[in-house]
Amino acid sequence: MSAETQDILGVAAAWKRAGEQVALATVTETWGSSPRPAGSQLAVTASGKMAGSVSGGCIEGAVAEVALETLRTGIPQLLDFGITDERAWEVGLACGGKLKVFVETLA
Amino acid sequence: MTPETLAALTALRDAKTPVVLATALPGGAQRLLPDMEAPEALNLAAKRALDRDESGTVALDGQDWFLQAYNPKYRVIVVGAVHIAQALVPMAAFLGLDVTVVDPRRSFATDERFPNVTVLTDWPDEALDALKPDSRTAVITLTHDPKLDDPALDRALNSPAFYIGALGSRRTHARRLDRLRELGHSDEAMARIKGPVGLNIAAVTAPEIAVSILAEFIAMRRNAARA
Repeated sequence: MSAETQDILGVAAAWKRAGEQVALATVTETWGSSPRPAGSQLAVTASGKMAGSVSGGCIEGAVAEVALETLRTGIPQLLDFGITDERAWEVGLACGGKLKVFVETLA
Repeated sequence: MTPETLAALTALRDAKTPVVLATALPGGAQRLLPDMEAPEALNLAAKRALDRDESGTVALDGQDWFLQAYNPKYRVIVVGAVHIAQALVPMAAFLGLDVTVVDPRRSFATDERFPNVTVLTDWPDEALDALKPDSRTAVITLTHDPKLDDPALDRALNSPAFYIGALGSRRTHARRLDRLRELGHSDEAMARIKGPVGLNIAAVTAPEIAVSILAEFIAMRRNAARA
């Protein structure tokens, strides 16, 4: 199955069943020229596995870091990425778009 | 996501039931929709998300909800386990479509030729009666053989299938329409059939024809979702 159509929730659930600690990041809202629509997902495990994407690669690193933090704390987070956000410059949202990403754990 | 929510969501998706996962933002409380106990506005927003096949955030009574729409996969019923089908079927699977191949000729319709998809060797009319094409189903006939294509197109026209395509030249298609007219289908109804099938990209090879068919399918699907 291709990257665009991969069932990320299904992958995350399978990892969970296999005993992994799994966090799930989901694009909840986009403005401007964000490369991936709302609903796009990235699954991350504490052991370092990743599946899916929430951007064209610009913010995956930052989101994965937050995902690991969420796995430690158990507290979901809503992240804002955009050109007004200093963090976005850091991670390089070159498209100039804005997006929000919700990060949660599969408990 | 709680184990209970994940289990319920997984069960509904396995049963091919359309469902929305609603997440209250920023807190993260979740519920599945539709739900008789949920506010009507939330259920309506969920229905819209499923109809449009679009996830997104809505504000209701000062509360932001992210609605993730989980529709079952689009289905593609390919009639004719022919050479072009061998290119079309894996491409359709790559697009995330749920593909079924129908061909009563057992030498064509083998699992070796079509790994990882459902292959039915029933007659196309019987197969379509069983598969019941809905508004998220495409029916594509590829055999050129009226004995096989016509019954499939007849059933497809009597269904809400959103995409109906028939391989064949303009002349072949004109004769096909004459035969379907005799079965009682009006010109207006038969205008639903894409014939010759596919976008005109001057495709020559089987993979190129498959690209042209799937490009037309995608255009129909996306435009339909926004109509």
